[in-house]
Amino acid sequence: MTLLKDIRNSMPRDQVWPFLIEKRPPKIDASHRVLLYVEGLSVSFDGFKALNNLNLYIDDGELRCLIGANGAGKTTLMDVITGKTQPDEGEVWFGQTIDLLGKKEAEIAELGIGRKFQKPSVFEAQTVFANLELAMRMNKSIWPTLLARLNSAQSDRIAEVLGVIGLTEHSGLLAGALSHGQKQWLEIGMLLVADPRLLLIDEPVAGMTAQETERTAELLTSLAGEHTVVVVEHDMEFVRSIARTVTVLHQGAVLAEGSMQDVQNHPAVIEVYLGEDS
Amino acid sequence: MTSSALPAPLTGRVTALHELRARAPLFLAILFATTIAASLGNLLFPEDSLFHVSTYTITLLGKYLCYALLAMSVDVVWGYCGILSLGHGAFFTLGGYALGMYLMRQIGDRGVYGNPELPDFMVFLDWQELPWYWAGFDQFWIAALMVLLVPGLLAFVFGYLAFRSRVVGVYLSIMTQAMTYALMLGFFRNELGFGGNNGLTDFKDLLGYNLQADTTRVGLMFASAVALGLAYVISQWMMGSKLGRVIIAIRDDEARARFIGFRTENYKIWLFVYSALLAAIAGALYVPQVGIINPGEFSPVNSIEMVVWVAVGGRGTLYGAIIGAILVNYAKTRFTAIWPEAWLFALGALFVGVTVFLPQGIVGLFKNRLAGRAT
Repeated sequence: MTLLKDIRNSMPRDQVWPFLIEKRPPKIDASHRVLLYVEGLSVSFDGFKALNNLNLYIDDGELRCLIGANGAGKTTLMDVITGKTQPDEGEVWFGQTIDLLGKKEAEIAELGIGRKFQKPSVFEAQTVFANLELAMRMNKSIWPTLLARLNSAQSDRIAEVLGVIGLTEHSGLLAGALSHGQKQWLEIGMLLVADPRLLLIDEPVAGMTAQETERTAELLTSLAGEHTVVVVEHDMEFVRSIARTVTVLHQGAVLAEGSMQDVQNHPAVIEVYLGEDS
Repeated sequence: MTSSALPAPLTGRVTALHELRARAPLFLAILFATTIAASLGNLLFPEDSLFHVSTYTITLLGKYLCYALLAMSVDVVWGYCGILSLGHGAFFTLGGYALGMYLMRQIGDRGVYGNPELPDFMVFLDWQELPWYWAGFDQFWIAALMVLLVPGLLAFVFGYLAFRSRVVGVYLSIMTQAMTYALMLGFFRNELGFGGNNGLTDFKDLLGYNLQADTTRVGLMFASAVALGLAYVISQWMMGSKLGRVIIAIRDDEARARFIGFRTENYKIWLFVYSALLAAIAGALYVPQVGIINPGEFSPVNSIEMVVWVAVGGRGTLYGAIIGAILVNYAKTRFTAIWPEAWLFALGALFVGVTVFLPQGIVGLFKNRLAGRAT
């Protein structure tokens, strides 16, 4: 009867086989107000220190602007957070419990961190609608994708985002046919449709008209609160219009942090910026 | 506001079934009308009849259909996912060898040396018994399984190593080429036990049917048509589904696809395996029709030729690859009959010409014409 016992043991009635348990994303714990912890981060490329012992804390629901000259490490910082680059030293935690280092890009995206690139990158050969559909939060492994059909809640969500980014009329257009500003908006829409917890946005208003810039500012401010938004931007006017807290990066480390006014009057910032200008 | 309030072209929502319904019927109709007409012409009409189709033509048609399936397998990875494989001949040839081994065992004691167990080339090499990896190949189902398993496994291992390490572009193409070249060198060696440079040949019958008989020839040609039709429908459905849109997304901007949560390596690995399976099936159908398989099929030149077929027909449409394969091979048949030495130059010129003047291939030319007329 040992065979029967073995079979019974391998099929216990009170539990489910591990592979049958539905995988749930780990819970993000921001109970101590901070959503993203970056501590002692250093990255170097061939001896060039892109990040140098950088510390940064982003609160849950805040809208933070990162500014700094070219080569200050803004994009490298985003690369590390989203899993594209592994740092030499330091730690990156998403909430209290999730260590982001060592995770792949796709895994980090699934945790709810969305990233917009500096150059608008949308899938140009596909329609605006398809772009949003691809970005939608759903099971992204192969079989479920093959059999995926949009349910009405999902198409409503896409329609809603289309409205927010002002592309409802162009939903059937190929993304490649959009104007530069519209592509930027579509990319932001692709982040929104995935309902991320944290949005990392690299130069959202580059190449936009004044009117488009204004609308982008409105959109980003309205997102803060429900989402946490980190914006990298060169356009000081734009930063002034949206930012509550600004972090200035310089040579891979934080130079100053505070409100726009504080930062502008900060002696170190003045020195660095005036020094570069002259 | 709901998207259902908007008409379909506005939402840009195209379902896989829409795509399939739009394209598959015409393709299947042409495919089966041609093959059935040719079959009837061969089997029903006497040789002096106007409607008679010679067995040579039937075999040629069957060969073209295999090439068409092979071209489609290249298009699946190159046209849709941007993976330029210059080694798809490897999967084709391995599929061919797997079925060729079965055909060798079917010869039995009808070989030159009359050995009931060993194929002729092994007797010639003075081997006493079958190598272990030939075991089971007297069973058709094992051979059929190996036709899929061996190339599939090779594609998986290659894809796993290459795509996980994020090898892309020209480096990947060179690796695929090295893979097929290495296999060619290996299979040229007699010690490997696949007949060396002579390969496998002198096949007698398949599942008990004489390979020289007209009915078998027609049957094989028709089987190739069925395989091509099925592969077309399945591939068209896949590429029209959301999976297809992810694959195109990976082709156009892999980093973006990664950052919205797709594990692009996995997609590429499994697409590569699917493509290798199509190529292997094409190879297995090809070998009984041409009656020989040798290591020359592994040669990189062959794999490059496949890419040319797809480029000529037009990438990323599936039917473009099929049209390209059939046209280029028809041209090759004609050309090599007239002036054999010049074929490779003609092929090269064709590739350059298409790349410069017809980046979308023949299909693109017609699409532009149609679009031009509509406006």
